[in-house]
Parts: sequence; C-alpha cells; structure tokens
Amino acid sequence: MDALDLARWQFGVTTVYHFLFVPLTIGLGVFVAGLQTAWHRTGKEHYLRLTKFFGKLFLINFAMGVVTGLVQEFQFGMNWSRYSTFVGDVFGAPLALEALLAFFLESTFLGLWIFGWDRLPKRIHLACIWAAAIGSNLSAYFILAANAWMKHPVGYEVVDGRARMTDLWAVLTNSTALAQVPHVVAAAFIVAGGFVIAVSGYRILRERRQVADGDATVPMARTARGRVPGDPAMWRTSLRAALVMTAIAGAVVAGTGDMSGQLLHEQQPMKLAAAEGLRHDEKGAPFSPVPGVEVPSMLSLLAAHDPAAEIQGIEDIQARYERQYGAADYRPNVPVVYWSFRVMIGFGLSTVGLSLLGLWLTRRRRPTPEWFARVSLLALPLPTLAIVAGWLLSEIGRQPWTVQGELLTAAGVSPGVSLTEVAISLSIFTALYGVLALAEAKLLARHIKAGPEPVATVPPQARPDDDAARLTPTLMY
Amino acid sequence: MELTTFWFLVIAFLWTGYFVLEGFDFGVGALLPLLSRGEAERRQMLTTIGPVWDGNEVWLITAAGAMFAAFPAWYSGLFSAFYLPLVMVLVGLIVRGVSLEWRGKVEGRERALCDAGIVTGSVLTAFTWGGVFGHMLFGTALGTVLGGTLALSLAMLHGAVFLALKTAGPLRARARRAALTAAVVAVPVAVVALPGLPSANAPQGTATGVDGAAWTAHPVLWAAALAAMVALAAAVALVWRRREGWAFAATAGSIALLTGTVFAALWREPLPGLTVAEAASGPYTLGLLTWIGLIALPFVLAYQGWTYWVFRRRVTA
Ligand code: HDD
Ligand code: HEM
Ligand code: HEM
Repeated sequence: MDALDLARWQFGVTTVYHFLFVPLTIGLGVFVAGLQTAWHRTGKEHYLRLTKFFGKLFLINFAMGVVTGLVQEFQFGMNWSRYSTFVGDVFGAPLALEALLAFFLESTFLGLWIFGWDRLPKRIHLACIWAAAIGSNLSAYFILAANAWMKHPVGYEVVDGRARMTDLWAVLTNSTALAQVPHVVAAAFIVAGGFVIAVSGYRILRERRQVADGDATVPMARTARGRVPGDPAMWRTSLRAALVMTAIAGAVVAGTGDMSGQLLHEQQPMKLAAAEGLRHDEKGAPFSPVPGVEVPSMLSLLAAHDPAAEIQGIEDIQARYERQYGAADYRPNVPVVYWSFRVMIGFGLSTVGLSLLGLWLTRRRRPTPEWFARVSLLALPLPTLAIVAGWLLSEIGRQPWTVQGELLTAAGVSPGVSLTEVAISLSIFTALYGVLALAEAKLLARHIKAGPEPVATVPPQARPDDDAARLTPTLMY
Repeated sequence: MELTTFWFLVIAFLWTGYFVLEGFDFGVGALLPLLSRGEAERRQMLTTIGPVWDGNEVWLITAAGAMFAAFPAWYSGLFSAFYLPLVMVLVGLIVRGVSLEWRGKVEGRERALCDAGIVTGSVLTAFTWGGVFGHMLFGTALGTVLGGTLALSLAMLHGAVFLALKTAGPLRARARRAALTAAVVAVPVAVVALPGLPSANAPQGTATGVDGAAWTAHPVLWAAALAAMVALAAAVALVWRRREGWAFAATAGSIALLTGTVFAALWREPLPGLTVAEAASGPYTLGLLTWIGLIALPFVLAYQGWTYWVFRRRVTA
C-alpha cells in the first residue's frame, strides 16, 4: 500500500460522502422555495408550516453539504498536486466561477432567509430562498462541467506538460456536460422527491395511529370517501407535490441517461464495455439486466440507437490503448462498474415507478392507502443508493484515467506527501464523518418524528421592522 | 499591469477579505464561553454572526478556487506542503460549521456540545491559519507559534469589537473590556512579529534571477507593516474611547494591512523556488477570469453589503 492508494480511498470516501447531502440540498431547496411561493400566493397556513418544517430539515442537511464541500476543494491541492498543476488552467476556472457565481449567492441569501423572516418584506424574503436554490443548482452546473471535462477533455492544448485552456465556451458546453448536468440535477430531484415522499408517508402513518389511539389534536381530512382520520391536507399536499416532482425528474433522467450512454459509446468506450462486462468487440451486442439473462442487440440499441451497431469490448480496447498509450492495464474494476450500472437504473427507476403508482392511487382526493404509505418509506434509501451507484459507474469506470487519454490517476498524486500524512487525514475524516452522519440521521429523525411546529403569522399590518412582529425564530440559532 | 500581477493582487484581496470577515466570526466563537452569562446571551452573541458567517467563509472557497485557476502550481504546492495543518483547518471548519447550524435545533447536553464545537473550531482554525502563514514566512517553529498567537489574539480583539458594536445591554460593556484584554496579547505579539515580516522571506530570494533581498527590504513592505501597527494602536485607543464603529474599522484595517504585508512579502516567490509567473495559468484563462470577475464581484460585494445593512440593528438578549 502506498500514498496513492490511500489518496484514492480518501477521494472516494469524502466525495461519496459529500454527495450524500448535496442532492438533497439541490432538490429540497427548490421544493421549499415552491412551498413558500404557494404560501405567498394563497396565504394558507399549512403551506407555511410545511415551508418551515421542510426548511428545517433542509438546513440540517445543508450544513453537512457545506462543510464536506470544503474538504473537496482543498484535497485537490493536498493529495493531487500534480493533477492540479496539470489541469488547473482548465479545471480551476469552473471551480473559481462556482465559488464566485454560485456559492456566494447561495450562502448569502440563505443567511438572509434564515434570519430574515421578521426583518424582510415577505416578497423579498421569498426571493431570498429562490436565490439560494438557484445558487445550489448553478454550483452543480459548474462542478459538473469540470467533471465532464475530465471524461471528455475539450477546448485545451497541452503546453510544457500542462493543459492550457483555449476555449472556455467549449469547456462549458462540452457535449458530456450538457448530458451530465441535467442527468445529475434530475437525479438530485429524484433523491429530494423521494425524501419528501418518505417523510410524508411516515407522517401519514404516524398521525393515523395517533388518531386511532384517541389523540384529538390530529385533524381529519376530507376525501372522496368522506372524512378519514389523519392524512391531513398538509401531508397530502407535500406527498402529491413530491410525487409529481419525482415523476417529471424521472423522465429527464431517463432521457439524459440515454444521451450519456451514446456519449460513452463515442467518448469512453471502456466504461461502456465494463458496464456490460463485454469482453470483445461485438456487432448487435446484448444487454443483461442481471447476469445470465440477455436481451439480444439491446446494448447496441441503447448506445448507438442501432441494433446492429458494433460495441467495443474490454480486451480489444485494452489492446488498442496499449498501442496508443503504451503498455499498462487500462481496465477499470469491471464488477463494480457492472453492478453500479444496474443499481443506478434499477433502484432509481423503481423510485420513479413508485411515484407514478402513488399519483394514480391518490388521484382525485382518494386517501393514501395504508400499504402505499408503508412502501413509500423505500423512497428514501432507493434513489440515494442509485445516485451514488451512478457516480461509482462514472468515476471508477474512468479509471485508470483521471483525465481521459491525458493523465493517469497514478500520475496525479502529490509527490511530497507521505503515506503517514494521508493515513492520518484519511482516518480523521473517516472517523469525523462517521460521527457526523450518525448525528445528522438522529437529528433528522427527531425532527421528522416531532412534526411541524405551530406557526404564529405576522399580523399583516405590522411593519417588518416592528419588534411586535417578531416570529418565533424556529430556524435560527 | 501584467495579468499575473493583477491576479496576484486579486488573490491577496480575497484572502484579505476572508481574514477580515471570518476574523470576527472566529473571535465571536472563541469568546463564546468567556463573555456570555447564560443561554440567552450565548444566543445573542451567535445571532450577530448567524446570518453572515457562511457567506464570509465563501471568501476562503473563492480564494482557494481563484488560486487553483490562476496559479495552479502555487495552489497545489502550498496545499500539499501544508498538509497536516490544512487537515486541522478543515476539521476546525467542519466542527464549527455543523455546530453553528445545529445548535438551535437541539437542546440540553447536545447544545452544550455544539457550543464546545463552536469554540474549539474557531480557536483551532484561527490559530492554525496564523501558524501556516507564520511558517510560510519565517520557516521556524517560533514563527509558527508567533503567527498562530497573533492570528488568534487579533481575531479575539476583532470579534470583541464586533460584539461591542453589534450588541446591546450588559454584553456590550463586557465585550469592550474583552477587547482591551485581547489587545494586551495582540499588541506585544504584533510588535515582535511585524518588524520581522518585511525581511522574513529573504532566505527564499533565490529563484530565477529575482533579487529577493532587494525586494524584501522594499519600502512598500515597511510602510505596510508600519501602517498595520498604527491601525492596531488606533483600534485600541478607539475602543478605550468607546468609539465602537471606528474601532471596528481600525481592527479590520489592521488585519487587512497585515494580510497585505504577508502577501507583499510573498510577491516575488510565493513558494521557495517558484515565481509568480511560473505558477500562473495561461493568458487566455487569466483574461477570461478577469472579465468575469470584474463583472461579478461588484454584485457579490453589493448583496453581501446589503446583508449587513439588513441586520444592522444591535442584537438584544
Ligand atoms: C437517481 C439516480 C439515477 C437514475 C434513475 C439514473 N441515473 Fe444515470 N447517473 C446518475 C444517477 C442516476 C448519477 C447522478 O449518479 C450519474 C453519475 C455521473 C453522472 O453524470 O450522473 C449517472 C451516470 C450515468 C452514466 C455515466 C455517464 C458518464 O460517466 O459519462 C450513464 C451512461 C447513465 N447514468 C445512464 C443512465 C440511464 C440509461 C438511466 C435510466 C434510464 C439512468 N442513468 C438512470
Ligand atoms: C463533479 C465533481 C467531481 C469531480 C471533479 C471528481 C473528480 C475525481 C478525481 C480527480 C478523481 C481521481 C482521484 C482518484 O482516482 O481517486 C475521482 C475519483 C473518484 N470519484 Fe470523482 N469527482 C467528482 C464527483 C464524484 C462524486 C459525486 C462521486 C460519488 C458520489 C465520486 C466518486 C469518486 C470515486 C469513488 C473515485 C475513486 C475512483 C478510484 O480511485 O478508483 N466522484 N473523482
Ligand atoms: C469533487 C468536486 C467537488 C468540489 C471541489 C466541491 C466543492 C464544494 C464546496 C467548497 C462547497 C461548500 C460551499 C459553501 O460553503 O456554501 C460545496 C457545497 C456544495 N456542492 Fe460540492 N463539490 C464537489 C462535488 C460536488 C458535486 C458533484 C455537486 C453536484 C452535482 C456539488 C454540489 C454542491 C452543492 C449544491 C453545494 C451547496 C451546499 C450543500 O450541498 O449543502 N458538489 N461543494
């Protein structure tokens, strides 16, 4: 074992970890902004309660995205100094733009939103959450453009052993980025939608049980079958909104996933071959949903939209790469890539299926069936596993390259950093991250269980600066 | 002006903004157990930085991102050379960040744990940053400790003045006294460290034809170091005379001038054997970033400034 192995583990651990929180931030921010907009438009109290309830869950999660993002930015320089020196001219630019154009927007306006409930006119306060949500999505664009460049480098030339950007526009509109950005963002909306579906399902179950136990504080809901206990308008609203969000995002993910598949065929044939475990070049290549079952010509159809198209196989690409780049092993870890591909599609699309089913079951005021509320809990883990698997496919499938065809991962590591140093930081981050993950899970669970707090609305005639207009500062410190 | 010079200035500006802004955040965090009497006052203290600390931290992210983009070799050389100190900085920022965000959402023992996290995170990060820059310039253990102590005591002074400016009630008076106490440490350390700064980088002055010695003895450096001292002295006098607004401007100015001096000392050779020109990205990237930066930065400054305006009122317990 050497510093390189540990640096790779550290990158994998910290990045997967960062990405556990980020999708929720991306999707939930927009969802909360939507809820607050609904409150602004209709003045109905349950929208405000939902805004604050999901707003609080959003903030608990947001904190983790922020602090783990810092590690991401630092470790390029710390562990991958030769990589950073090589790519900084091209790769650094989107990162700098991300900070300048996205993170400032996000963090500043979120601060205004959290503390501005009683300080800002309502309309401006609403604009703040939108600005923050737009910031998150913008940040996804820049970082993904940087990531896409590593898969399909464009708009640069290599001078004196360093990449030099020649065309920023080409970098920002890289074909891979244009497929990847909507794919990842839509996947993030599935994760966030799944989260809201599961939380709403849980609250429905819980409140029904409370009613059954004789708790008179839980309201009744009017439905097509008359009044039913629990399932109050509030959770039905959040459930249905999240079901719609997930279903729409599902369509986008499938469409852009198809685009990504075709781009792999052109740009990263090794990843595509590994995703199917295809050993040799083959015309009309099949696809196996699970090992042993084969759908003839399906892979060719997916990757090239032509059932007869030739798909390159691992061993043949290996031979070609050896001729092109010199002797080395250019094969990624095939089983991991193979299974990641299936987990991503399988788990992700089951969540989308679940959302379509839910929309059908709850149509026209029909109450949520008990069993569906139970099944909806799956919408929390499934898309999260799917999105992480997608990244494993994407990043492990690219190995041994860090920048496809330009820089091997092994050539990017910091020369001066010792095994001991990386071992120390890897242990510290892993331990700290473990503790924080437990704390966050506990905190989220506690707040979900407690449910939304009652809200005091500002009297409409009060001026925003008026002390009497103070709200209970539920979102503050 | 050459683009590389301009970008060196931009990066110095971003780090300066970071230390001036997060300086008081760290100070408030470090003072939390020393100044507050009870939960209401702890909350009062943290509410002064609540809306802004995350936005302030983005100055660091932007500074690092801009270094990565404009001077990749400097960014990667620096970050890999200061490996373990930066791990400490990250741990400090992580612990402080989650503690700040979570403390209002928990109670009892857990909230006490968050408070401990805020204090530890603030002290650790402020001290380590000072240590990193102290080591970069002096290259000795003494330089590291001196840098760390100066950064922490200045942050506490800056934070105390900020609290005196932003709070009402008994806390305000206590914050003023705390500022004077912090000055008792900060001023002597500054008197020892600052005169060393202009010549600190001298042993490095060996790269490609640059006359390091001539640069490090440059009058600009002496003037900046002296101005930082004057601002610090003025800050103490102004606190004494209860001119909190001006005192805050003076502590901010003193931190800015100090950071400016540090970067001026690094100007010829940000890392031993590496000149600014060698570390830089190509003119295409630098030119583009210049345009985007010139357009975007005024907006950022405007809406961050607006945030401070929105929350301009003193916080009561
Ligand atoms: C909920 C999550 C989710 C779902 C349902 C899907 N994906 Fe996906 N996929 C991701 C989440 C994801 C991701 C966000 O994790 C990745 C990793 C990198 C990226 O661009 O998006 C990804 C990458 C990724 C890649 C690799 C791109 C590359 O490395 O350049 C391909 C080819 C696909 N996806 C294809 C699909 C197809 C054909 C899908 C179904 C019809 C699909 N994905 C559904
Ligand atoms: C969009 C931003 C991203 C960038 C710029 C990026 C960049 C990189 C780089 C430079 C490496 C090479 C280092 C190495 O091989 O260990 C890498 C590897 C890796 N990345 Fe990403 N990554 C991004 C997103 C992600 C996400 C979101 C995940 C997972 C959720 C992820 C998972 C991994 C893993 C597991 C490796 C290790 C692969 C290996 O070493 O075998 N990445 N990535
Ligand atoms: C490996 C490369 C990555 C780096 C260097 C990185 C860097 C950062 C940094 C520094 C922050 C903190 C920002 C703040 O303080 O407000 C952050 C948060 C964030 N990152 Fe990442 N990130 C990476 C991967 C990703 C990916 C793949 C995505 C999305 C597709 C993403 C999206 C976000 C978002 C939306 C936030 C906002 C805060 C939050 O998530 O809670 N990042 N990231």
